[in-house]
Amino acid sequence: MNQLLEWISQPWPWYVAGPIIALVMFSMLFFGKFFGISSNLRTMCSLLGAGKSCDFFAISWREQAWNLVFAGGLVLGGLIAYLYLGHDRAAHISATTITELQAYGIADPGKTVVPTEIFNWESLLTLKGIIFIVVGGFLVGFGTRYAGGCTSGHAISGLSDLQPASLLAVIGFFIGGLTVTYFVLPYLLAL
Amino acid sequence: MKFFRYLFIGAIFGITLAKAEVISWFRIYEMFKFQSFHMYGVIGSAILIGIIVIQLIKRKKIKSIDGEPIMIVPKKFSWARYLIGGTIFGLGWALTGACPGPMFILLGNGVGVILVVIASAMLGTYVYGKLRHKLPH
Repeated sequence: MNQLLEWISQPWPWYVAGPIIALVMFSMLFFGKFFGISSNLRTMCSLLGAGKSCDFFAISWREQAWNLVFAGGLVLGGLIAYLYLGHDRAAHISATTITELQAYGIADPGKTVVPTEIFNWESLLTLKGIIFIVVGGFLVGFGTRYAGGCTSGHAISGLSDLQPASLLAVIGFFIGGLTVTYFVLPYLLAL
Repeated sequence: MKFFRYLFIGAIFGITLAKAEVISWFRIYEMFKFQSFHMYGVIGSAILIGIIVIQLIKRKKIKSIDGEPIMIVPKKFSWARYLIGGTIFGLGWALTGACPGPMFILLGNGVGVILVVIASAMLGTYVYGKLRHKLPH
C-alpha cells in the first residue's frame, strides 16, 4: 500500500493524465451529463440571487446541482493530492522556461504550484496583483460564458465531438493566450 | 446518494490535474511559449481518445445508465461568439494560469487567494449576462 502511494505520488506523465481526462468525460456522458465546468460560475451567480437583477441567471440551480457537486469534487481532489499524494507541488517545467522566468524576477520558477510572489493576498494591494488575479479572473469568467464553454466544454468535449464551433473557440483561446504571453507578460512581470 | 458519483469523478479529475501539474501557472506559461510537449500531450491525448469514444457512442448507439441514448447537442456555429469570447477567455487564461476547473482544484490544493480569481470570474460571468444582448453572437 505504501509502495502504491509512493508510486502515485510521483508526477503523472501526460500519457496517464490525458486518457483519464477522456475517461472522466465518458463517465459524465454515461451518467447523462455534459462535461463542462464553467457552467458552475453561472449557477453560483444564480445561487447568490443574480436572477433577481438579470434573467440570464433566472435558472433553477437545483437542476445544475450535480455540476456543483462535481466542482466540490475538484476541490476535494486538489486537497487529497495536496495532503496525501506528494507535498512539494512543484511543476517540472523546462530549463528554458525556468531561465526565462528568472530573468523576469520570479525567484524559483516551478518550485511552487503558482508564482507565490504574484498569487498571494498582499499582492492584491498592487497593480500587478490586481491585473493577474482580479482582471485575469474577470476575463476568464466573461470570456468563457461569451464563448459558451471553457477548456473542458470546448477543448475536450467539443473537439472530441468534432464541433467546428469548439475548434473556433479553442483557436480564440490561443489567440488570447499567446497575445498575453508574448506581448503583455514581459511588461507585466517586470512591474 | 446519486450525487456521490459526481463528487467521486470530480475528485479523480482534480487529483489527475493536480498530479499532472496541469493546475500549475508555470505549465500554462510554458505551453503558450511552446517550451514543452507536456500540456499538448495531456490535452491532445484526451481529445484523441475522446474522438474515438464519441464515435463509438454514436456508431454503437451506447446508452446512458438510465437507458437513454447519449446525446451531444451540437453548438450552433457562429464566428463572433466563439472567436471573440474564446479570445477574451484566452487573455484571462494566460494571466491567471487557470481555467475554471483548475481554479477549484487550486483552492483544495491550498492556494487561498484563488478565491478572489473565482469571485472575479463570477463577476465576469455576471457582467456577460447583463451585456449579452448588446454583444455580437
